[in-house]
Amino acid sequence: MSKQHVTMTVNGDPVEVLCRADQTLLDCLRDEMGLTGTKEGCSTGDCGACSVTVDGRLVCACLMLGVEAEGRKIETIEGIGESEELHPVQRHFLEEAALQCGICTPGFIVAAKNLLEKNPNPTEEEVRYWLAGNLCRCTGYDKIIKAVLKAAEEMRG
Amino acid sequence: MTLQNGNGHNGNGHNGSGTSNGYKYVGTRPVRPDGVDKVTGRANFGADISLNGMIYGSVVRSPHAHAKIKKINFDKALKLKGVKAVISGKDFPTLKPSDKLPGVAPLSFYDMSRNVIARDKVLYDGHAIAAVAATTQAIADKAAKLIDVEYKILKPVMTAADAMKEKAPLLHDDLFTEGVDPTPKKASNIAKRTELKLGDPEVAMQSADFIVEGDYSTETVHQGYIEPHACAANFAQDGSVSIWASSQGAFMIRAYTARLCGMSTSKIKVIPAEIGGGFGGKTTIYLEPLALMLAKKSGRPVKMTMSRTEVMRATGPTSGGTAHVKIGAKKDGTLVAGTLELKYEAGAFPGSPVALGCMTGFAPYDLKDVACLGWDVVVNRPKAAAYRAPGAPVAAYAVESAMDELAHKLGIDPLTLRRKNSAKEGTKAVYGVEFDRIGNEDCLQAAQKTKHYNTPLGENQGRGVASGFWFNIGGTSSAEVMINEDGTVIVATGSPDIGGSRASMALMAAEVLGVDVSRIKPLVADTESVPYSDLTGGSRVTFATGKAVIDAAEDAIKDMKRRAAKVWKVDFDQVDWENGSAICIENDEIKPMSVADIAQIAGKTGGAISGKANINVTKGAGPGFGTHICDVEVDPETGRVTVLRYTAIQDVGTAIHPSYVEGQLQGGAAQGIGWALNEEYVYSKEGNLLNTGFLDYRVPVASDLPMIDTVLVEVPNAGHPFGVRGVGETPIVPPLGAVANAVSNAIGKRMTSLPMSPAKILQKIDAG
Ligand code: FES
Ligand code: FES
Repeated sequence: MSKQHVTMTVNGDPVEVLCRADQTLLDCLRDEMGLTGTKEGCSTGDCGACSVTVDGRLVCACLMLGVEAEGRKIETIEGIGESEELHPVQRHFLEEAALQCGICTPGFIVAAKNLLEKNPNPTEEEVRYWLAGNLCRCTGYDKIIKAVLKAAEEMRG
Repeated sequence: MTLQNGNGHNGNGHNGSGTSNGYKYVGTRPVRPDGVDKVTGRANFGADISLNGMIYGSVVRSPHAHAKIKKINFDKALKLKGVKAVISGKDFPTLKPSDKLPGVAPLSFYDMSRNVIARDKVLYDGHAIAAVAATTQAIADKAAKLIDVEYKILKPVMTAADAMKEKAPLLHDDLFTEGVDPTPKKASNIAKRTELKLGDPEVAMQSADFIVEGDYSTETVHQGYIEPHACAANFAQDGSVSIWASSQGAFMIRAYTARLCGMSTSKIKVIPAEIGGGFGGKTTIYLEPLALMLAKKSGRPVKMTMSRTEVMRATGPTSGGTAHVKIGAKKDGTLVAGTLELKYEAGAFPGSPVALGCMTGFAPYDLKDVACLGWDVVVNRPKAAAYRAPGAPVAAYAVESAMDELAHKLGIDPLTLRRKNSAKEGTKAVYGVEFDRIGNEDCLQAAQKTKHYNTPLGENQGRGVASGFWFNIGGTSSAEVMINEDGTVIVATGSPDIGGSRASMALMAAEVLGVDVSRIKPLVADTESVPYSDLTGGSRVTFATGKAVIDAAEDAIKDMKRRAAKVWKVDFDQVDWENGSAICIENDEIKPMSVADIAQIAGKTGGAISGKANINVTKGAGPGFGTHICDVEVDPETGRVTVLRYTAIQDVGTAIHPSYVEGQLQGGAAQGIGWALNEEYVYSKEGNLLNTGFLDYRVPVASDLPMIDTVLVEVPNAGHPFGVRGVGETPIVPPLGAVANAVSNAIGKRMTSLPMSPAKILQKIDAG
């Protein structure tokens, strides 16, 4: 299958990639761009491990084709914070011990940051429903929810 | 005993602010050392590996539950451009039934090799038959579809009850029931019979004023780790192999792969990737031997990753099973006898955890007359793998349901009934062990005092409690503590970190050395950089590997004291170790030397400084007991269950990093809630798995659960320098019973079958 040339912005940088027409955005990120922070847990849109934002909208990268990203702005976990300056969501995940194995963590952080951009003052229930598309098998969600609520509180100032 | 209430006890106590237990670092909650990499997407998990010249593998899996393989034709696949190698069972050595390791959970390499790739027969939907490697994943997947397999389809047998029938189709014609005397001459699907007994329960039962008796059933469930199995293998020109894989044990992968591929251990190096959840399911191998053979044949590094569907069809699950339980008691609630019969589905090869079910079911209770009978039965489902406290949850579900029923009959509070009969120091368990000081009763007592237990319930609401037990183990561990030139410290172990164990290794090393925990870097080394360690499982790592780290740190201290003695020109026994420094005992004029001071002059005093420990801990792993409380509301119109409140109380020994201990309790509870309410393997009549994804194999999501409160009861384990007890497995033992009791109490009828789907609950309500 011939490849297509796709231009997009990934974490603020212009990126050109060649991807097959049937390749998902997830595979483009991981295999063509080496951005392996976005994880695959299911490839069917059921686990949220592949959460990224596309023009500010939260999507499962496994449900979108790479070619559909033409001209779009993609944000992945790699674009959120650096070790010196972590995003409050990342910091509170660490402080609350909201990760055990950590495979779900990038997806949760991308999704939670997106929630707080839209709703800076969510209730516990709103956080739970927003994150219902992200599976975590290790934590029972308790510490994840607390981390997000604390990050929200800090970000509201 | 001390109590830590998980609520309102959050993320501080950082950097040696000290704890109530008298330790400086143990019991604090620093940010985990591997944390930043994991919140920024930098950590490399199994599927994140990429090698130069790498090609991709794909597995051909059986669409039939039970069939003979007549012929495999690779012609079409080999013609596809980009295909570099194909393999089938013929490419692997043929092992013998005698190729096994004995033990409570025996390990048969003969079975493992036929599970990894079928030989003449496929035994479940999804059983691997062949594999192909090609230049892209897409080509490999396409080639896999072009491999023609001719089958002779056989009748499948899907449940233990059916498989135990006289005329049932046989999975293996060389399987003869173990544990019956004399060994039968006729092959059977019953792999093993296990019987454990104390006293004479039949006679004792006659003295009971009340007897409760019931049948309970559960379905196959999966560990459900979010990271699918993945690995990469490279075959070097000199015949040595490197395998990158996420697993619960790099040495386990090395040993099993060597056995299955007929290679020497020294030829295989395993480099552990971060592991995205295992819960027991990654204590065995699936892809590694296939990747190795494909790499050998193609001469290229080969990467293999399972899809979620493959994970569900061909890995993991734990046994579904049935239980018949009978408990007798006096009017005052004193238990007089208990019996339990378990039938567990092992999957395609023997080895369900039924013996462990027999050993654990009655363990929370002081029973002098008790018997447990277990049947290990093969069926056409994937071979069961370990899942968190293997075997215990189903046995506990039956016993704890019966205890709830008994409490109702007697009109006694269910926790009081449990306290009255709780196993304690000196109680002999049915498997022969006499308990040391355990926290069983402490947990029950703490449970009664929780705010949760004293919160009134509303209409259609119910409360359930249940206890649970897990042995916890020790085993072989090794550790090396290396002092860097600047006085920072590296702690290397061979135990994969499946839930924050690096943090507890660092804390224990910090406590012993007296070095700030932020200056300690714990790492999980590959199989050629540390000596052998057993896999991460059995709740053994913080206990046994922790002990190795403590010993290694003490060894390093000895080395540093020697250096100080040399510099000070005093005898070794004149040097002591205090607060991270060597001090001279008799002469306080001599300024103490810190780790950094000693590190700086290491070259002049004999070279690099390190300590090591290789140990096998055979005793002292303190058993774990826990009690859970669950409140639910059942919608009488729809049968839908909402979990309102949940509290997990557990004796955790000393909590090294309390946040990660709480996390174990919360995660185990959530898995147990899923097991109780939603999760099950659903098969078609033909034996095909129908729910192979997270859409219809529904694990709990955030909106299904409330906050999960924890109470850490700390009864230090005398068998460990810091009092550590394993904590990871006990938390999945009580939830099945706790949730079932809550639902039963909400609807006023006993639920006896898991999962408690809305349909099942409605049926029960409507049954009048
Ligand atoms: S991998 Fe995309 S949702 Fe699971
Ligand atoms: S931390 Fe392991 S899946 Fe969430």
